[in-house]
Amino acid sequence: MSDRNDAALIPALSAIELTEIDAEIAHVPYRSAVAIDALKIVQAHRGWVSDESLRAIARHLDMSADELDGVATFYNLIYRRPVGDRVILLCNSISCWIKGCEGLREQITGQLGVGLGETTADNRYTLLPVTCLGACDKAPVMMVGDELHENVEALSLQAIFGDSGGDK
Amino acid sequence: MSLDLPLTRNVRPDRAPTGFDAYEANGGYRGLRAAIGMSPADCLQIVKDSNLRGRGGAGFPTGMKWSFVPMDNPGGGHKYLICNADEMEPGTFKDRLLLECDPHQLIEGMICAAYTIQADVAYIFIRAEYHKAARLLREAIAVCYDKGYLGRDILGSGYTLDMQVHSSAGRYICGEETALISSLEGKRANPRAKPPFPQVSGLWGRPTIVNNVETLCNIHHIIERGADWFQALGLTEDAGTKLYGVSGRVKNPGCWELPMGTPIREIIEKHAGGMADGYQLRGFLPGGGSTDFLTPDHLDLAMDYGTIGKAGSRMGTGTMIILDDKTCPVGFVKNLMEFFARESCGFCTPCRDGLPWSAQVLDDIESGRGQAEDMDTLARQVEFIGAIGNTHCALAPGAMEPLQSALKYFREDFERHISGSACPWCDGGAH
Repeated sequence: MSDRNDAALIPALSAIELTEIDAEIAHVPYRSAVAIDALKIVQAHRGWVSDESLRAIARHLDMSADELDGVATFYNLIYRRPVGDRVILLCNSISCWIKGCEGLREQITGQLGVGLGETTADNRYTLLPVTCLGACDKAPVMMVGDELHENVEALSLQAIFGDSGGDK
Repeated sequence: MSLDLPLTRNVRPDRAPTGFDAYEANGGYRGLRAAIGMSPADCLQIVKDSNLRGRGGAGFPTGMKWSFVPMDNPGGGHKYLICNADEMEPGTFKDRLLLECDPHQLIEGMICAAYTIQADVAYIFIRAEYHKAARLLREAIAVCYDKGYLGRDILGSGYTLDMQVHSSAGRYICGEETALISSLEGKRANPRAKPPFPQVSGLWGRPTIVNNVETLCNIHHIIERGADWFQALGLTEDAGTKLYGVSGRVKNPGCWELPMGTPIREIIEKHAGGMADGYQLRGFLPGGGSTDFLTPDHLDLAMDYGTIGKAGSRMGTGTMIILDDKTCPVGFVKNLMEFFARESCGFCTPCRDGLPWSAQVLDDIESGRGQAEDMDTLARQVEFIGAIGNTHCALAPGAMEPLQSALKYFREDFERHISGSACPWCDGGAH
């Protein structure tokens, strides 16, 4: 099967990604059942899922690209646009709201120069809201990459983000 | 008095995970040995007799849920057990404790549950953000395969079970059990119509049980120590212990395993240390973001399914969210409604379009743009969207629970927003 992506310097699906996706397929009754796993595998390698990768995954799973995009865009932790090196997931559910997550968002926006859904100019951070992170006794909380930060205050932001931001 | 607290006995003060050796040295995997020494039917009877009810929020009797799984399996196809570790109910932080501190407890409970329904494949469906818990569970599962507690012919019993972790990709609706099954099949997480029930036709059309983390963590304790022991743990008619939590402006927010039916006052005033200095209690959601408000008048009630239900709310997940006197009740409910509106799967119109409408009306009131007739609009929304049967699943009716009870208990606060064209608390309601 030929495709214009085959000629690209970076293939839409790498050999490693294909191997990992095929390992998931071995566990399920039909190929499209691993749609979410496959999207997450590609995202783990590339940070996000491009249109080219999405089409390649869909072909590999015997799905239409539109059907797979319907799955991809349903889930808030599948990124269909590029994100920064680390994604900030700021909890804005009720316990964090009581403890001032809206003020925290303003602080982060001021420090990094980005609003919700935006990526810093240096490409280090993307700021996103997230549902209750299950650490409500330590509110307000947020994740930066895989790491959970608890009882976050304005003063602790400097330590979390270091010297990033400001210079956009 | 020394309390018997089975679920948290391996939880260390620093919350470091308990590994396999320490788990087994403290009596771990004795419940598994007890289970495989009995017939699945005997195990089911013990769980039924124990009166264990589901800890994910709905409180359905676990043994009864399992009893609908067909035990004759003429085709020999798969049967599935799924652990719902998609903890995302606003204000709920109990399963994280069990997952991160004692992963083997969940695995042992799951093996015993799977044996009882004779499932041959088990999944742990865990929310994507619980990276640490997923890693610990994968490591613990690998150890169990090495030890012969998972895989073929477990401990020479002839019973075979495979187990794996599925890390999700977000969305609150995945916690609804049929939506979870859709997601595990690689689809959009739309809930499914019932019947058929998952026990008969669930994952890939096969018999499937979905249970919450805390529910499954109880199973091997019940099978090892018996239904009478479990019943005696509770202070009221509901059995066992419960992980209770308190968040909001209390002195010591946290999560504690206590006897089922512990009075609310004891949980808030003793364990959570009472209200933080300078704050008064106005109300609380007893069990997560989709439960009705209770008030200080309810503090002496027992925290169990029946008592909280009679008081007009639900025990839900058992993790309370405190409304204090310096937090705006309208802003509080607006935050929850915006959450539910955002998390609607979009499948049915009353939820997809109704919840954003409710959120808009609440935003108008909170922002000082409210009109007197908005109160009637909210009441109509509660009546229509809150009625089970008008929506495809329970998400939208759950979203209406804090609103309908706020309209009952804090009506004058809504009306002050409208008459004064401003939030009496402050700009955003929170501080």
